[in-house]
Amino acid sequence: MTNVLQARDLTRHYEVSQGFLKGHATVKALNGVSFDLQAGRTLAVVGESGCGKSTLARQLTLIEPPTSGSLLLDGNDVSQASAAERKAMRTKVQMVFQNPYASLNPRQKIGSQLSEPLVINTRLSAAERVERVREMMKLVGLRPEHYYRYPHMFSGGQRQRIAIARAMMLNPKIVVADEPTSALDVSIQAQVLNLFMDLQESFNTTYVFISHNLAVVEHVANDVMVMYLGRVVEIGDKDTIYSRPLHPYTQALLSATPSIHPEDRRIQIKIQGELPSPLKPPSGCAFHKRCPFAIERCRQESPELRSLDRRQVACHRAEEINA
Amino acid sequence: MTTQVQMSAEDKALAYPSPLKEFWQGFSYNKGAVMGLVFLAVVVVAALFAPWVAPYNPIDQYRDFMLTPPSWADGGTAKFLLGTDEIGRDMLSRLIYGARLSLLIGLSAVLSSLIPGIILGLLAAFYPKVLGPLIMRVMDVMMALPSLLLAIAIVAILGPSMLNTIIAISVVSLPGYVRLVRASAMTELNRDYVTAARVAGAGTLRLMFVTVLPNCMAPLIVHATMSFSSAILDAAALGFLGMGVQPPSAEWGAMLSSARDYIERAWWVVSWPGLTILLSVLAINLIGDGLRDALDPKLKRAA
Amino acid sequence: MSLLEINNLSVLFGAEAHPFAAVEGLDLSVSQGEIVGIVGESGSGKSVTMMAMMGLLEGQGRIVADKLRFDGKDLLTLSARERRKIIGKDISMIFQDPMTALNPSFTVGYQIMEVLKVHQGLSGSALKKRAIELMEMVEIPAAATRLDAYPHQLSGGMSQRVAIAMAIACNPKLLIADEPTTALDVTIQAQIMSLLVNLQKSHDMALILITHDLAVVAEVAHRLAVMYAGQVVEQGAIPDIFRKPQHPYTEALLSSIPEHSKGARRLNTLPGIVPGHYDRPSGCLLSPRCPYVADRCRAERPALLPNAAGAVRCYFPLSAKDAQ
Repeated sequence: MTNVLQARDLTRHYEVSQGFLKGHATVKALNGVSFDLQAGRTLAVVGESGCGKSTLARQLTLIEPPTSGSLLLDGNDVSQASAAERKAMRTKVQMVFQNPYASLNPRQKIGSQLSEPLVINTRLSAAERVERVREMMKLVGLRPEHYYRYPHMFSGGQRQRIAIARAMMLNPKIVVADEPTSALDVSIQAQVLNLFMDLQESFNTTYVFISHNLAVVEHVANDVMVMYLGRVVEIGDKDTIYSRPLHPYTQALLSATPSIHPEDRRIQIKIQGELPSPLKPPSGCAFHKRCPFAIERCRQESPELRSLDRRQVACHRAEEINA
Repeated sequence: MTTQVQMSAEDKALAYPSPLKEFWQGFSYNKGAVMGLVFLAVVVVAALFAPWVAPYNPIDQYRDFMLTPPSWADGGTAKFLLGTDEIGRDMLSRLIYGARLSLLIGLSAVLSSLIPGIILGLLAAFYPKVLGPLIMRVMDVMMALPSLLLAIAIVAILGPSMLNTIIAISVVSLPGYVRLVRASAMTELNRDYVTAARVAGAGTLRLMFVTVLPNCMAPLIVHATMSFSSAILDAAALGFLGMGVQPPSAEWGAMLSSARDYIERAWWVVSWPGLTILLSVLAINLIGDGLRDALDPKLKRAA
Repeated sequence: MSLLEINNLSVLFGAEAHPFAAVEGLDLSVSQGEIVGIVGESGSGKSVTMMAMMGLLEGQGRIVADKLRFDGKDLLTLSARERRKIIGKDISMIFQDPMTALNPSFTVGYQIMEVLKVHQGLSGSALKKRAIELMEMVEIPAAATRLDAYPHQLSGGMSQRVAIAMAIACNPKLLIADEPTTALDVTIQAQIMSLLVNLQKSHDMALILITHDLAVVAEVAHRLAVMYAGQVVEQGAIPDIFRKPQHPYTEALLSSIPEHSKGARRLNTLPGIVPGHYDRPSGCLLSPRCPYVADRCRAERPALLPNAAGAVRCYFPLSAKDAQ
């Protein structure tokens, strides 16, 4: 297995104005995140809104530079790269967005939207570009006559196919998908998920699949990374984590996910309250205010990720509560 | 078999009219806008073919027929359909030739504020840290001055001529464009498709003009028609104050101003240019209304 | 006797000559203290049905029904004024997006008290006391201080709690929840769902839960109606309907859920899309997409026929196939 991407201690802080004459506050949207991506595998990033999933996507697609930490793409450090090298790296990571209605340019025909990446990044002739676009359209299940249509003529599912086609145009190593099916109906969601799987099989693409739907994640992922307030709380192989989650937050997420067979549920833990404001994160473990197992140490000391039972988990009491 | 049935059903669902046809459907729904368009078309055709359409040369003076009333009024002659002015020039011919100048001033004033307005507005939206606020504060200062006063000041410095009138009018209407472009570009910048273009590697110039600008065009086109009419009005106002186009050129505003001494004796000398300005401005504003209805997706009726 | 009885309800939109039926021949009954789920994809008519029943489609759609009774009153013959008296008091509704369901210009307390003033004629300290009581009922922490909060100061989950407090302010007999948790995170969704079920039990309300998420329904509802292109295609009790779906569409919907296909690389999907407004097949609406389609299905539309477990709109229900 080759690592296509390595993230080491990625952080991203935003300055937020608190009002006139009040100065700035710092939001630690991403607070030391490390992981490896292996070619042809899918890493699912799971967490509630505000946990830093979308910020992570912006770092991985090189839209924003990280505040600190390093990102190694194919072994090359992104932060050390020159502008030209970075432009070349950028084509290796593409993105599919959550809302298919906002992610396509309403004033551009499908054909020209799909060929745009080629126009910018390749020296193909116009005829070659048309051919590549038509090939890709066929691959994602669009018909040739769709080439001349505008986005508003398509349903949500078809738009997501177009968005996926655009992301695949440059044959990227990594595709970051930010909640790609959460705006779709279940039957359409199934079609889109199948398309993702088929493309991965043909191109050996690596996916970073951001989602809050644990049922979808269970279907697509090889590895799972659970995030809470800008930190990784548990990361590991999907089967390991789904069969025996160790972090109380992972357990809570799994038990909160509705199921068609609720009677089969193994873990039943309920958590109270909501995600704390990222402007004033709690001291110690960020999860301690909602955690049913919190003790004094959790309030004082922030837990580090450590290896335990074939995965990494950030909880002081992981052994005790799962004994 | 099954797939065929399903494909034809899908085809029907996707058989939308082309954007141009859709636009015309929306536009023609607004009767006032269509009437405005017809009137403006007549004016434009008359202006373009003025030498053939106009019965006389606009600066020829017929000293025997000074202040002749329109043909249907007492003392009017069939020779001069809308009468003559104080030095015996044919009103109809002057109006037709005046349309050339007034429309030219309107069009070039709109273009010469639209293009810098788009560039400054996009710059302000794309560089929100330093350049953006700087541009916007300068625009605020310009907006704080009464527009006609500013135009007069500019013409007073540059000297009265048609070119300077156009410059003055476009400078005055610039802040409106900049604000509009910046506001709509900033909303578009937050959309995912802009991020998608960035991820695809689009540079700033491409983002500005290929990705973002086409999506800001709807409000811009409407604003441009509105300011087209206000440019004609401003040109008329400057002409009226004697700071616009210089005699003997025929221009609607200048005609109005030179006729002011005869308001009591010869109503037609004032009324025709005034009425022409009024109707042209009304027509253009109606067209602008229709454009807004046709281009704004929020107002679009569900197809 | 059922609290709500709907018989053969149709909602028509568009021109008189070429009407488009958003809802067609819908039958539904809900008893007191029951939780009924209505599941369907977007555009299947599930929200329109409830809007029609509450009289919220005035001037837009034409409503035709054999019977539309709520709590012994015939909603079809009621005047707009009498209907308004029922709506908001005996029937109330919560919506998908709590942020837009609350008026951003007024405080939460004001909006709750407004409901109490209009429907219960409370005033003064009794009003405030009841408002705080309601907010405690929906488990809003520090309820008394939250009265003065504006909607934008609350999170999505808190806003939905406030919307629920307003909906139950008059002890309704029927609460309709239209995708109440779609905009919320899973842990908050679980909290809101358990709150709704607790309130439903303690107030002995009927609860209609409209959603596109089968799993949410599976967790709480007693009965389920599956809608497809404006028609109810299957009705039945939970969990039987999930164990043995009778209609091919229900089966397809279930198998397209990732949870249902553990281990499989590909999910099962129905080919094609839901028929549009004007290209509905003359036979069974599912016939172009149905894997079991027969000639009869293309020729005539099946009726919703009761069976042992509920009702199904199919000539060849799946249980009959198993028997063969």
